[in-house]
Amino acid sequence: MRNNYPNEGMSVIVKTITRFTVWLILFYGLYIVIHGHLSPGGGFAGGVIVALSYVHLTLAYGKNFVMERTNRSIMHTLEALGGLLYVLIGIVGLYLAGSFLANFLGVGKLYYLQSAGYIPILNIIICIKVGMGLYLVFFYLASYKAKKG
Amino acid sequence: MILYLMSFFLFMVGLYGAIIKRDLIKIILGLGIMGYSVNLFLILVAYRTNALAPILKKGVEISASSMVDPLPQALVLTSIVIELGITALMAALAIRIYEKYDTLDITKIRRLKG
Amino acid sequence: MIISQFVFVPLSAAFLIAIIGRKKENIASTIAMIATAWLFAASIIAFLKLPAADGLIIRNTSGWNAPFTISLVLDNLSSFMLIVISLISLTSAFYALQYINHFTGKWNFFALFMLMVAGMNGVVLTGDFFNLYVFMEISLISAYSLVAFGTEAEELEAAFKYATMGTITSTMILFGIGILYSYTSTLNMADVGLQLQRGGFPKLVFLVYGLFIAGFGLKTALVPFHAWLPDAHPSAPAPISAMLSGVLIKTLGVYAIVRIFFNVFNAPQVVLTIFLLLGTLSIVIGGLLSVVQWDFKRLLGFSSISQIGYVILGFALGTPLGILGGLLHLFYHAIFKSLLFLDSGAVEYATGTRDLRKMGGLSKELKVTSSTSMIGTLAISGIPPFNGFFSKLIIIIACVQAGHIGLGIIAALVSIVTLAYFLKVQKHAFYGVRKSAKIQEKVPFTLKTAMIVLAVLCLVTSIFLIPSIKAVTFEPIEKCVTDRTKYIDKITEDKGFDKNYLDNELSNNTKEYSGSQK
Repeated sequence: MRNNYPNEGMSVIVKTITRFTVWLILFYGLYIVIHGHLSPGGGFAGGVIVALSYVHLTLAYGKNFVMERTNRSIMHTLEALGGLLYVLIGIVGLYLAGSFLANFLGVGKLYYLQSAGYIPILNIIICIKVGMGLYLVFFYLASYKAKKG
Repeated sequence: MILYLMSFFLFMVGLYGAIIKRDLIKIILGLGIMGYSVNLFLILVAYRTNALAPILKKGVEISASSMVDPLPQALVLTSIVIELGITALMAALAIRIYEKYDTLDITKIRRLKG
Repeated sequence: MIISQFVFVPLSAAFLIAIIGRKKENIASTIAMIATAWLFAASIIAFLKLPAADGLIIRNTSGWNAPFTISLVLDNLSSFMLIVISLISLTSAFYALQYINHFTGKWNFFALFMLMVAGMNGVVLTGDFFNLYVFMEISLISAYSLVAFGTEAEELEAAFKYATMGTITSTMILFGIGILYSYTSTLNMADVGLQLQRGGFPKLVFLVYGLFIAGFGLKTALVPFHAWLPDAHPSAPAPISAMLSGVLIKTLGVYAIVRIFFNVFNAPQVVLTIFLLLGTLSIVIGGLLSVVQWDFKRLLGFSSISQIGYVILGFALGTPLGILGGLLHLFYHAIFKSLLFLDSGAVEYATGTRDLRKMGGLSKELKVTSSTSMIGTLAISGIPPFNGFFSKLIIIIACVQAGHIGLGIIAALVSIVTLAYFLKVQKHAFYGVRKSAKIQEKVPFTLKTAMIVLAVLCLVTSIFLIPSIKAVTFEPIEKCVTDRTKYIDKITEDKGFDKNYLDNELSNNTKEYSGSQK
């Protein structure tokens, strides 16, 4: 798609480097999320970094550019869906293992990526919720036009 | 001991900022500093001398007394999330107050009195 | 009996409203009504199932046992608070179905409302200190947003003031929780009580008392900490004012104070004396300042400060009769103050103003509103067959019996002042000559129904004073507050308090955790 707002945002050098670093930041955030049960980090910290990759794009290219290309209605729906899925996993734990948020998948072997029950799944759900939520907060605060008078 | 006193001093700095400063943004920053000082205090409670981070690694002997206490670290994570929510809400309120009152000075934003 | 449904039903209702209610607005109100009706039915069933379970139901979350996880505890005090919360939220949600037509963003309102109810239910049910802090913050952040819902200039100012003061004191509460954790190394409330009883109270616990009194005292609007309330209550939409003044002050403030100071710290005398002093100050200052107000809802806000002073005075006496008076006044004040706030909302919906100097003679057109507000006035001033008379009488008798005759006289005198300023409201708003307000719309059906239900309850709930009914319903609640041994013993006899529990549990789950690893 064509860039309809070429004079907004920062200089050409920043825009060129942003094309690489946005993906770096996004994958770094996903790495922290997925290894949440083996090393420090987890859902919230990884979610903040994923949101920061979108913020990086908005700062470099200007908000009109990003407003055309992202679908904010899907972001709102994903955010609320994340919260709902968390509560649903708690209810499934209630029915399968007797108490709210009980760990109904097996504990698994130590130091493996697929272990510690449902904790990686909860980390991914929280990453979606926090990532979308923080970016939407930044976006609405930045694009607020005060009415005069 | 010095570290506990310093975290209490930081709490007082944040409280000073939240009560005495007149600008709305400085009040929000003061509340943030108060929150950080309480997080620092919680992590200090968990410290043990000559202990390692509570992460299990292959080939390292596991025993409970050679690691710092991991529970307050979970409390600090939760507290950081809560303060993020409050700061975002207060920033949005501050922007809208600026639009309605044309000033960020709290001595002039006083229509409700009595 | 599934206890965690009181938390996950309103939470999932809030998220469902956020997903579906953005596209179709009518579904938001339907989901909110279904959720609040379900909660009301579930709270009554929970109260009826308690005697069979010996008065205390404990559920531990996440499959681990008591001090290593968050436990949800339902005892008589919690189920009483749950009934109060669900009753007032049901009537407020029903009232809000048509009141919200004056605002935009219906789904925003109902989603935040359900989050506030979820937070309050969580505060009432939890048995863990930090979980109390988290649920308290959830309901407070929703309350800050709901106070600013109309986004006029004054509402934003009131919300910012409330948010700043609330955050300062919540940070103080977290500091106190950190100090308690450093001394007892556990966060479970019953376990902290047990460790303090066995090990003796250290000198540092006075700092914790101070931090908690300041922290929870602001949520209760006790007198040095009351400055946010007269600005926040008028600015909120009327059903939210009813919820804020009717239940939020009582769950986050009075319930938390009672649970922490009576059940965990065993009611130290210095704290009870401080609360006696602060309660009396609240009664007097709230009552005197309401006489000079000309804004209808601001007057009701100051009146709330005064009545909460009565509740805290009842609890601070420490005797069983005082605690019974405090509990009864908590329940009855929720009903009649919500009724009065909903009345003021109906007046604002019909005429568009809250200023008493502009109204007058509204009783000819707004018949239901004026008759229900007369019932609310008689109830709050303490006129015999209505419920306020019995609770205030019990508090005054308990004051005199405990030896504080001066406080009893002050409480009785301020009750007369209460009658005075409410009669002023009736004269200027409903009877007398019309000044400049015009009736712009008729009051719709759901508003009238909610007000009539609460007015009928004002009269019907006096039956809780009949001795046979009182022995079944209110005596067990009062025993929960005065006698803490059942709370501490039943939770701490869980098998998690065994010395070998952690080793057994971990060696059952994976063979690689126990012992050292080469």
